[in-house]
Amino acid sequence: MLRKGKKTKQFIISILLVCIVSALCYLLSPYIGYRAIALILLVTVSFIAMFFDIWPVLLAALLSALIWNFFFIPPKFTLSIGNTEDVLMFFMYFVIASLNGVLTYKVRQMKKEARKREEKENAIKFYNTLFNSLSHELQTPISTIIGATDILKENDNKLTEKNKNELVDEISVASIRLNEQVENLLSISRLESGYLKLKRDWCDVNELIYSAVNKLQDKSGKHKIEIIIPDNFPLFDLDFGIMEQVLYNLLYNAIQYTPENSVISIEAIYTTTIEGHFDTVDDDMDKTYTDSITNNLVITFTDNGKGFPENEIEKVFDKFYRLHNTKAGGTGLGLSIVKGFVEAHHGTIRLSNIPTGGAEFTIEIPAKTSYINSLKNE
Amino acid sequence: MNKALILIIDDEPQIRKLLEITLQSNDYRVEEAETAKQGLTIAASHPPDLILLDIGLPDESGHSVLKKLREWYNNPIIILSVQSSEEDIVKALDNGANDYLVKPFRAGELLARIRSVLKNASSEKNDSVITFEDLSIDLANRIVKKNIETIKLTATEYSLLALFARNEGKVLTHQYLLREVWGPSYLEQSQYLRVFIAQLRKKIENDPNRPAHIITESGVGYRFV
Repeated sequence: MLRKGKKTKQFIISILLVCIVSALCYLLSPYIGYRAIALILLVTVSFIAMFFDIWPVLLAALLSALIWNFFFIPPKFTLSIGNTEDVLMFFMYFVIASLNGVLTYKVRQMKKEARKREEKENAIKFYNTLFNSLSHELQTPISTIIGATDILKENDNKLTEKNKNELVDEISVASIRLNEQVENLLSISRLESGYLKLKRDWCDVNELIYSAVNKLQDKSGKHKIEIIIPDNFPLFDLDFGIMEQVLYNLLYNAIQYTPENSVISIEAIYTTTIEGHFDTVDDDMDKTYTDSITNNLVITFTDNGKGFPENEIEKVFDKFYRLHNTKAGGTGLGLSIVKGFVEAHHGTIRLSNIPTGGAEFTIEIPAKTSYINSLKNE
Repeated sequence: MNKALILIIDDEPQIRKLLEITLQSNDYRVEEAETAKQGLTIAASHPPDLILLDIGLPDESGHSVLKKLREWYNNPIIILSVQSSEEDIVKALDNGANDYLVKPFRAGELLARIRSVLKNASSEKNDSVITFEDLSIDLANRIVKKNIETIKLTATEYSLLALFARNEGKVLTHQYLLREVWGPSYLEQSQYLRVFIAQLRKKIENDPNRPAHIITESGVGYRFV
């Protein structure tokens, strides 16, 4: 239906355009020759051919040819043509106008096909990366689990107690790794499907950051983690679970890719953006105010590792992208999940190297803010 | 107390097997059901001390099984769910589940939760003084002590802490806490909860940033231990 409507519109515009230009030419006809007018009409048809489908263009070609004949070629106001040269001109006009339409149409078709082909190639490339990464990252732990359980089952009496414990540990590590990968994949698919719906609620940023940091306690033992949050930080209206994963992934990434004893610092500040309304929350709470405005929550992760290669900074947020020469493990999904979750909050994420060495991730999220830090005794 | 009977309602045979071994090796008796229908029948014929209920059952949603059970069954129910869906968990807790575990869970965690809910169910809660390591809460006299020092709490801080103390180990949802401490008209005012939790932590925790008592359950609520 819609397509049909669009086509009808193209026919109407083509006819109107040809008529308007012809009318203008008619006004000018005392000053210019009728053959020059043929060229003006030809330009009009070519113009139409640039934007419209083939049938409206052919109609414009036919219509303009007839108009030229009827109104401009002597004898005027008849479809008969005085001399042979003009008869030839008339047919040539019609053929050129039509060819014009057909050629432009063909060029556009070819472009469309090329684009389609390119899209298809990109999709194939994407899925190849996906399958390579997936098969490697999932099959490695699976092979470990299958292999270790086989040995435990079959060579039970030949294995020392120490060997057995080691194998069980391997199974445990492998399954945790497998679980992490699956969780990452689920997050990515939630983002890709557009199914992700934020559950915003007031968040204590201090609690949010420490909650993510505390979850990584076991893995962060060999790094020094500094957290800087000003006192009386306001509450922000965010999805706690999603934001916690953002901070978790960024910290996890920093821990994974910086050497032991590196210092990772997490700093939260906020910058004012848009002034909102000021509303008073009633009553029995000893006159407390909720100042509901929108601020930017800015959280910066800085480390003193070796930073990112400048030419790869652009790509680190791409799905499945992994830096060259990095250690095994990791799907290259962590940072693209971070980016997706930050963008779901209408926020931005930036990565840069700092001059003294190390990398700096900055996330900036606009969100409603509440200042009720000074609750009186109740 | 020992040899508590636990009913597992889960359609995955592998999960049931794993739970069975874990529980039996820790001196629990185990009953199994693979469908909601079977689970409800077994629960009715000889009521267990605790039910482990999978939320994603093939024949009927775990939520509706939970509702049916709660019409007559008062012992603890722990929900098992896949891939933390906060909404599912909050709904189950609000419908009367005592606790939840997200698959895959660690055996240690499962056993700790079971012990905690069974203990809560059996204790009569008549004690006027409840102690948690360094913390003691005298509910009769409204006195809170950390080590031996008395802590000054505001009325709201005290109500919040007393509510936590009476529900040791249990996840209390944001909505539940707001309703119980502030009243039904405050259900949307979660900013109060955030601020008071932060204040309370400053007063009772050794390190308010690494709380040992008031544990954050992301997107769900808080657990007091």
